[in-house]
Amino acid sequence: MAVDYFKYLRKEKMPHIWCAGCGHGMIVKSIIRAIDKLGWKNNEIALVSGIGCSSRTPGYLDFHTLHTTHGRALAFATGIKLARPNLKVIVVGGDGDMMAIGGNHFIHACRRNIDIKLVVYNNNIYGMTGGQASPTTLTDAKATTAPYGFLEEPFDVCNMAIASGASFVGRALDLDVPLMDRVILESFKHKGFSVVDAWSQCPTYFGRFNRWGNPSEMMEKYKQITYNIRQKDQLSEEEKKGKYPVGILHQIERPEFCEKYEKLIENLKTKEEAE
Amino acid sequence: MEEKKNIRFLSGNEACGEGAIVAGCRFFGGYPISPSSEIAEFMSKRLPLAGGKFIQMEDEISSIAAVLGASLAGVKSMTATSGPGFSLMQENIGFGAMAEIPAVIVDVMRGGPSTGNPTGPSQSDVMAIRWGSHGDYPAIALCPESVNEVFLLTIEAFNIAEFLRTPVVLAMDEITAHMREKVEILGEEDVKIIKRKKPEKHPYLPYEYGEDLIPPLPGYGEGFRFHVTGLNHDKTGFPTNKSELMEEGNRRIMDKVEVNKEKIIKHEEFFTDDCEILVVAFGSSARAAKRAVRTAREKGIKAGLFRPLTLYPLSEKALRSIARKAKKVIVPEMNLGQYILIVERVIGQGIPIVGINQVDGEPITPSRILSKIEE
Repeated sequence: MAVDYFKYLRKEKMPHIWCAGCGHGMIVKSIIRAIDKLGWKNNEIALVSGIGCSSRTPGYLDFHTLHTTHGRALAFATGIKLARPNLKVIVVGGDGDMMAIGGNHFIHACRRNIDIKLVVYNNNIYGMTGGQASPTTLTDAKATTAPYGFLEEPFDVCNMAIASGASFVGRALDLDVPLMDRVILESFKHKGFSVVDAWSQCPTYFGRFNRWGNPSEMMEKYKQITYNIRQKDQLSEEEKKGKYPVGILHQIERPEFCEKYEKLIENLKTKEEAE
Repeated sequence: MEEKKNIRFLSGNEACGEGAIVAGCRFFGGYPISPSSEIAEFMSKRLPLAGGKFIQMEDEISSIAAVLGASLAGVKSMTATSGPGFSLMQENIGFGAMAEIPAVIVDVMRGGPSTGNPTGPSQSDVMAIRWGSHGDYPAIALCPESVNEVFLLTIEAFNIAEFLRTPVVLAMDEITAHMREKVEILGEEDVKIIKRKKPEKHPYLPYEYGEDLIPPLPGYGEGFRFHVTGLNHDKTGFPTNKSELMEEGNRRIMDKVEVNKEKIIKHEEFFTDDCEILVVAFGSSARAAKRAVRTAREKGIKAGLFRPLTLYPLSEKALRSIARKAKKVIVPEMNLGQYILIVERVIGQGIPIVGINQVDGEPITPSRILSKIEE
């Protein structure tokens, strides 16, 4: 059945301000399809963002929405989730938001395994501020603050999440909509902290500076540096070298933070009553 | 038979925790820092017993962020810190003021700048409390002088935050935080508890206000969906760059404190009726000042004390009228002259206003204040 997107969108805020060829809208549609499939009600969802292009999302979606300070979305969301655990809490952020200024909150949210669903709109550039290099900018790629090419090594969002203890980690390209749908849906179903590294292209800045061509050519370039995790064993180490796996990369069961806290309250109450 | 009072012997930090629980605080997010850590320790133990939540965050930036998030979810929330942590919180304190989110921030002042003197008393955050975050925003700060008053003013801080829908700072110093004194713990039924105003009907606009300029605020998940942002926004909560709406919003968050000021300002007058030498002091410096004033009186000197309990906003009218009769004003503070700037602005030219300033990690003694009174 077709999804009624406007059930979840604030119609009066359309059209969105994302550039032509930007992949962010495709990620939002994947998020909407996951919510629709799970039957979540608008009233039971809190969607939190930081600052940047990704952070236009809360303005467009008709939930309890919070547009916080740069990098701090996960920290605000932690307060919301712990204070009101029955809310479904989704956080959206960019690569700068989550890997640079908010990196500390990212690793600790992973470690705590609090039931927050994080979608990182990763376009390896600071779009909103005019195309500066980000922690996921590819080595040698150009940006307004890397005019001679980026000298540093990029972060791998998923490796970072797995190493920090996230219990669900996946990656998908906006090029592959069915995979993006599956990864986001499974991450939303997961109990615990989930991270989806959702790749999007920024033709306006990243594409232009690096002469990566039009949006579809950019998508093609991203495709060339990725492989599906299901082909992990079929591909040689040489073929996988320098490439990013896509799909559901990591999923484990681990006690969720809010549930542990509720249990603590319950136990203390029982103990008090017994005394 | 008279009911037995609940009298306890507590430190200021513990009294702050007790006050928060009575005020209805059910969320605490914090990060350890001397000399405030006992507040976090207290809350980690007591909150789950009261059905509330405690979380030790990864830094002070996330502590205040989590507190604001929890408050938006409808739960009274608090954090506690000291100078370096307070500096880290500033951006989100501005967010709380802009988005109008109630919260209580305890700042147990220690010596600064930088790491300064973590275990010594100070009052050197007085200006950081007023102006620490960028932009124009209302600062509200309460400053207790005793452990018993810490308990009462913590409750008051929650009441003001909920009433005005804005962050409120409880400014303690290391002495009031660590000193142990007698405290009367009052129950919820014995104190006034204010809860935030909530909307009654749809459609709800999160920044639509009435005469008191304070918009009602429901919790996330309570059936009113709305958008919150730190950008300039209109009544709907969505960003705006229309100049008249930005002006209106920026002014209103200041004006809502101004128009409701009489309901929140508090001060104490001590021998001020006929005073010629007026001491203006707060926190533990006011304790020393009281002793100095009393001794001066015994010597026949007409000294008096004006003690603001709300550093911001200050009871300006009351201070001005007392100062009118004075020949000299003395402002002792454990910093190099911060609050004296406010006192000078309020009293104006005409009489000498002198500071007693100390930044050696020791409290200002009554004898030092007395010498200045006798000068």
